[in-house]
Amino acid sequence: MVTERTKRTFCEIINYCSRRNSLEKTCPSSNELSLRPKVDAWDFRCMFQPSTVAVIGVSLERDRHPANVIFNKINLRYPVEVFPVNPRGGDLFGQKVYTGIEAIPHSVDLAIIAVRAEYSLDTLRACIDAGAGGAIIISGGFAEVGRLDLQQDLAQLARKHRFPFIGPNCLGIYVPGRIDTFFIPSERMIRPEVGKVALVSQSGGVLVDQMTKFAELGIGLSVGVSIGNKALVRELDLLKYLAQDPETKVIAFYVEGFASGEGREFVTAARGCAKPVIVLKAGKTREGMRAVSSHTASMAGDYAVFSAVLAQHGIVEAANELELVSFCEVLSCYQESIDGRVGIISGSGGHGALAVDICGRRGLSIPVIDPRQQAEIRADLSPSVRSIASLSNPIDLTGSATDSDFLEAAEHLSRIPELDCIIMLLLPYSPEITSDIGARLSRVCKRYDKPLVAYVPHVDRYRMLIEGFEFNGVPVSPSIKGAVLMVEALRRSQPC
Amino acid sequence: MLNNPIKTVLEASRARGWVTEPDAKHLLSAAGLTVPRFTTVTEPGEIESAAAGIGFPLAAKIVSGRILHKSDHGGVQTGITTKNELTAAFERFKRLDGFEAMLVEEMVSGLELIIGAKIDEQFGPVVLLGVGGTGVEIYQDVSLRMAPVGPDDVASMIKGLKAGRLLSGYRGGVVVDADELTRTMICFSEFVMASAEMIVSIDLNPVMCSAEKCVVADARIMLPEVEESTKT
Repeated sequence: MVTERTKRTFCEIINYCSRRNSLEKTCPSSNELSLRPKVDAWDFRCMFQPSTVAVIGVSLERDRHPANVIFNKINLRYPVEVFPVNPRGGDLFGQKVYTGIEAIPHSVDLAIIAVRAEYSLDTLRACIDAGAGGAIIISGGFAEVGRLDLQQDLAQLARKHRFPFIGPNCLGIYVPGRIDTFFIPSERMIRPEVGKVALVSQSGGVLVDQMTKFAELGIGLSVGVSIGNKALVRELDLLKYLAQDPETKVIAFYVEGFASGEGREFVTAARGCAKPVIVLKAGKTREGMRAVSSHTASMAGDYAVFSAVLAQHGIVEAANELELVSFCEVLSCYQESIDGRVGIISGSGGHGALAVDICGRRGLSIPVIDPRQQAEIRADLSPSVRSIASLSNPIDLTGSATDSDFLEAAEHLSRIPELDCIIMLLLPYSPEITSDIGARLSRVCKRYDKPLVAYVPHVDRYRMLIEGFEFNGVPVSPSIKGAVLMVEALRRSQPC
Repeated sequence: MLNNPIKTVLEASRARGWVTEPDAKHLLSAAGLTVPRFTTVTEPGEIESAAAGIGFPLAAKIVSGRILHKSDHGGVQTGITTKNELTAAFERFKRLDGFEAMLVEEMVSGLELIIGAKIDEQFGPVVLLGVGGTGVEIYQDVSLRMAPVGPDDVASMIKGLKAGRLLSGYRGGVVVDADELTRTMICFSEFVMASAEMIVSIDLNPVMCSAEKCVVADARIMLPEVEESTKT
């Protein structure tokens, strides 16, 4: 006999979104369990992994209307059933246009709302009544044009019914291979592959830009969310959800500011989160209080407090976009923090010296390698390199170095407990270096569990070498500075 | 959390916008911080017994509801060693704007630090530790943390200061008792958490820290503006 309890358990463990329709018939409690799981945390699974999507507000005249762009790309590219909605009905590219979400003969996991601001409340109500799993309101015309009241009404209605929506005034979500609600035509979008980084942005433009950089650098995304005016769903809600999301290993935010007291809740939640959290803050120069009366108020400006409190809670603050992508890449490979005692291996003295300079500025140390250990390394180098290599740290194997010299150096440094990380500056110009070296070096450091970060010039012809690192979980930067920043992120991903 | 005398003082000072130094020192002392031995004098006749009670050398400061920055108005005199000097200071202060009393207190020495707090819009109560004295905003050598802070936070705040090495004793200089500084910061952070709703910011500057103790030599507690609607 199937008890109520076993039914519940069953409902909890299946990938419920794809089977929600049939479940509702067999399991009356599925709705409460899945859609409204906890009082304080939203469940976005239905929205991020939808099987059925309604695009509300498609145009029957304008092909380039944002809703039409979204409908088209989902229809053509994603493994999702998608239904266009317009009160006038008719058809779009041969597909029936429904007059309302209630007219769709399936339950809808995700509703994408692109109607004018003044119709958004009624539309949201219809979505709630139709039992949709959640909504994304891409329409503008709210707080950004002084109509805070309109979005407050939306949030109030949604809260009352425990109905999650993202936006308004946003691009929505991008989940590689599953769903994309951005109103950017497919051919204009650069898409990162599936990966471990979740990126949440108050600005849609910044999100798209960062996604392009992720794609260029081979950093994978678990989900990208543009939260726009964040009338209901805010950074904190997504942090709580993503902390539990098995696909996500790193959570990155582009934040313009928190509401009153919200920053405290956010950093507290981030500290309790086992995954690295990265924040890029915009608006660093704005000062809140023009304080002449108190030294503390004048020195503890908005940004000074923001930055200090983030560090206090082990959140890695990215100062700029370069730092953001570097931090995301490295923390998706390594989640353990380090103290920052770096061993540097290069085939060029100049590169080693430049890296040392940057390390010094970034609070990383370059411990000198013990002469006895240096002698051991030297004994294992090829004869032509043995007499000319410099091994005190940074290690300069010279332009004559072969694959095996790099491997020996990496092997020895991996065994030195005084070093907690290795930077490999690899210039593949030398004929003695093969395309296999990326994969082979990665395996050495994996064996010793020593974080390895590589710099390789990002040139197409070295692609195989770079992918040898990347496919084996070693982050590669196209600049020396980027490689050092990656190590710095590992040092900073702990409370100070 | 906030015991009634503290609440009473903060509420009584609201119209002024800030808490006078003697009141602030009473509050901080009640919260567990160390303040210099002090008394207030309103009449010339009280000067002699005040001096005898505390003992020379002394510092004298004006208490005035109109003077927030006392030293800018000549309202501070330190290193007073005789009754005549103290009487002269009293006569001078009496002529300053809004004179209410003269605060007479023991001289304390040590490394000058600033301990502060601010109620931040996004993060709520935050505390500050840094190099204090009159040059505080020139050096800007401060550490900030969200309150409440624990011993580990205080240790990292000290480490985060450029002057961190100075605190642990640099080339035979003043050594600060780290345990006492930690205790002071934790007491202060608890006070800030408890009074967060009623304050805007606090400067304890300077706090004189030595190998024996950390003494709050001056204190300024800023209060929120009184809203017009609450006046009846």
